[in-house]
Amino acid sequence: MKRRKFDVAAVPGKAAGGVDDRFQVATPLRKLLNKVFPDHWSFLLGEIALFSFVVLLLTGVFLTFFYEPAMTEVVYNGSYAPLRGTPMSAAYASSLDISFDVRGGLIMRQMHHWSALLFMAAIVVHMMRVFFTGAFRKPRETNWIIGSLLFWVGFLAGFTGYSLPDDGLSGTGLRIASGIMLSIPVIGSWVTSSVFGGEFPGEIIISRFFIAHVLLIPGLLVALISAHLGLVFKQKHTQWPGPGRTNENVVGERMFPRYALKQGGFFMVVFGVIALMGGLFQINPIWYFGPYEAWVVSAASQPDWYVMFLDGSTRLMPAWEINIPIGNGYVIPPLFWPTVVLPGILVGLSTLYPFVEARQLKDYRHHNLLQRPRDVPARTAVGAMAVAFYIVLTLSGANDVIADKFHISLNAMTWAGRIGLLFIPPLAYYVTYRICLGLQQHDREVLAHGVETGIIRRLPDGRFEEVHQPLSAGDGHGHGELDYVGWVVPKKMNRLGALGPAIRGFFYPIEKPVEAPVSPGHPPVEPRPEREEIGSGDSRR
Amino acid sequence: MTSDNDRRRGLLARLRGRPAARSRGRRRLGAAFRLIAALTLAGGAYTVFAPGVQAQENPPLTGAAAEGRALFDVSCVTCHGRNAQGVEGRGPSLIGVGSASVEFQVGSGRMPMARQEAQAMRKPPVFTDEQVRQLGQYIQELGGGPQVPQGNLREGANLATGGELFRINCSQCHAFGGGGGALSSGKYAPSLNPASDAQIYAAMLSGPQNMPVFGDNQITPEQKADIIAYIQETLKADQDQGGFNLGRYGPSTEGLAIFLVGIVALVFASLWIAGKS
Repeated sequence: MKRRKFDVAAVPGKAAGGVDDRFQVATPLRKLLNKVFPDHWSFLLGEIALFSFVVLLLTGVFLTFFYEPAMTEVVYNGSYAPLRGTPMSAAYASSLDISFDVRGGLIMRQMHHWSALLFMAAIVVHMMRVFFTGAFRKPRETNWIIGSLLFWVGFLAGFTGYSLPDDGLSGTGLRIASGIMLSIPVIGSWVTSSVFGGEFPGEIIISRFFIAHVLLIPGLLVALISAHLGLVFKQKHTQWPGPGRTNENVVGERMFPRYALKQGGFFMVVFGVIALMGGLFQINPIWYFGPYEAWVVSAASQPDWYVMFLDGSTRLMPAWEINIPIGNGYVIPPLFWPTVVLPGILVGLSTLYPFVEARQLKDYRHHNLLQRPRDVPARTAVGAMAVAFYIVLTLSGANDVIADKFHISLNAMTWAGRIGLLFIPPLAYYVTYRICLGLQQHDREVLAHGVETGIIRRLPDGRFEEVHQPLSAGDGHGHGELDYVGWVVPKKMNRLGALGPAIRGFFYPIEKPVEAPVSPGHPPVEPRPEREEIGSGDSRR
Repeated sequence: MTSDNDRRRGLLARLRGRPAARSRGRRRLGAAFRLIAALTLAGGAYTVFAPGVQAQENPPLTGAAAEGRALFDVSCVTCHGRNAQGVEGRGPSLIGVGSASVEFQVGSGRMPMARQEAQAMRKPPVFTDEQVRQLGQYIQELGGGPQVPQGNLREGANLATGGELFRINCSQCHAFGGGGGALSSGKYAPSLNPASDAQIYAAMLSGPQNMPVFGDNQITPEQKADIIAYIQETLKADQDQGGFNLGRYGPSTEGLAIFLVGIVALVFASLWIAGKS
């Protein structure tokens, strides 16, 4: 029998050819793989959110294998001795089993929770990057809106997940949520009784939240994330201005292989950081909170950090109750304003901002180039104001812990929060605005006068002055003619090549310092001779 | 006529039979004598049945209590006054607080206070255990009050019951992990970490500072033992199964950690990856 010759090297090519014959994918795939992405570290912040969402899905699927979304009462008889014999809901008992009896369950639970916190944190950091660089401008307003919706849907995902273990802390959170729903005028009591299936806590809420947490909300998140990424693909990524970069092109790396490999590596890094945190840092120790009982409320009962601003606004809100004399009297409780009205305003403000700014500046053009924060002081200052507002509220949400651990009166913390909420944001606006102008001013100075060389020259009349290296030929007085373009201006001599290239390497030098030439055309510097210790002469010997 | 007169003079005169006409002086003397006799009788009876009044003023102190009194008169009298009666605006009366209170306040270093403030904080104790016992004995003999029983205070305790009681009664202020929490106006519930069995027991019994009293009617001695066992053996002795516990401050330090550790590490990673082009 004659053996057929089998050419191993030709297998991939032949296989790919076969696939293309059948599905005609080569042309679109080539377009996809050759798509260019601009490269900058700040463009990777959104990826942190994406990758932690992947980790959330993976760990969450694991948890569903062992979690029992039921409020039937059982008596715990698992490994954790201090709770043995305690009556509790099946949901809490199964969460304890995940923590103590399922192999690898605790690290999965902790990774799930840490990645949820990271998901929200990365969303906020990414949102700040997009805001401060003006990446939300036309044509990308839709993606900005999707992004801010992602925050609120993630908020719901986090809250429903926080409630599932049915421990003392999450039950306290649910109780507050039911109070918030009840505070809504007219429809409040109907909303609450339809969500909880009657009076709080009812017997259905855990299974309802479970299906929302594992099906409805993740489905919504996947849909929104797909639309978000699809729009980035379609509208192309923004890029920083710079040499060769215009509003009409995209300068960067091709999707394949470098960009895809980098992203793959970054996913591994994100996964690794989450796994490390899940293994090293304890999060939400439900076994200390005990099963939820209406009469158990621990001190330092806080929501997760992204909900804490609502807790803070509730703590800062004065007890202003509005009594409307209709019928037997109708009451709007003070809780309604900080927990329903405030988030409503925040959703509206954040989603509408791109249109407000465009209208304000009468700027309806397409923008594919980013702006440095310093070049748009008003927007940067507004953003700083929003961040300050959010931080004051978030800190106020933890004000009892801060008061206790730093030995400050809780009442003083509350008043500091109330006053701070009104005065710190305008202050942040003013300070940020001035800093932006100052940074611009310095850039303009360097463009006009050149880089400071560090060389001090003494003039014949005794004065000292610093020698500046002009960036362009100039007009003889050392005054250049460079225009301000809103991009990085070199401010150190080695950026101009005067000191030779900087030593390469990120965390540590990947070449020996002495090998680097001091400047082009100069021999490397000899290492400095060892210094002799200063002694007092031979007499002491 | 006579019978009418008899009736008018009253029952006593009729019993006496003969309406003797005594002189005014004799009648006065008799009244005075009867008054003195009645007073002596009442006073004597009072002295017989209530001997404590005199003892209170000049207590025959035992040896330890006398030592305690000497310590009291040097270190505590400024605020709590002579005979621990209290000084308006400085310190409360200690009559009836019992040795449990002394053992807690002085044994944990809270008393003597460094200064007048919202709440006395725990410090290295000024007095030795023996001196604390003497002070406690003095206060105990002065006015009585609750005492911490001797012996093992968590004999036969049930951790699960203790945990449940802790969460219901203690965690509102001392927090789920026993780390303490804030109260209003600079007051606070302290951390339970440095507290000994006897101190926890004494605190429940005496309700120091802003803590309510959990007397034996509210929480029986057996339940107190359960709570102490839960604090000492679960909250303090337990290793945190999930790793470093971030101070057990709940979600606030977890939020801090995700930014300080997670976001910072990943921003560095993104700087590194984006720098590799």
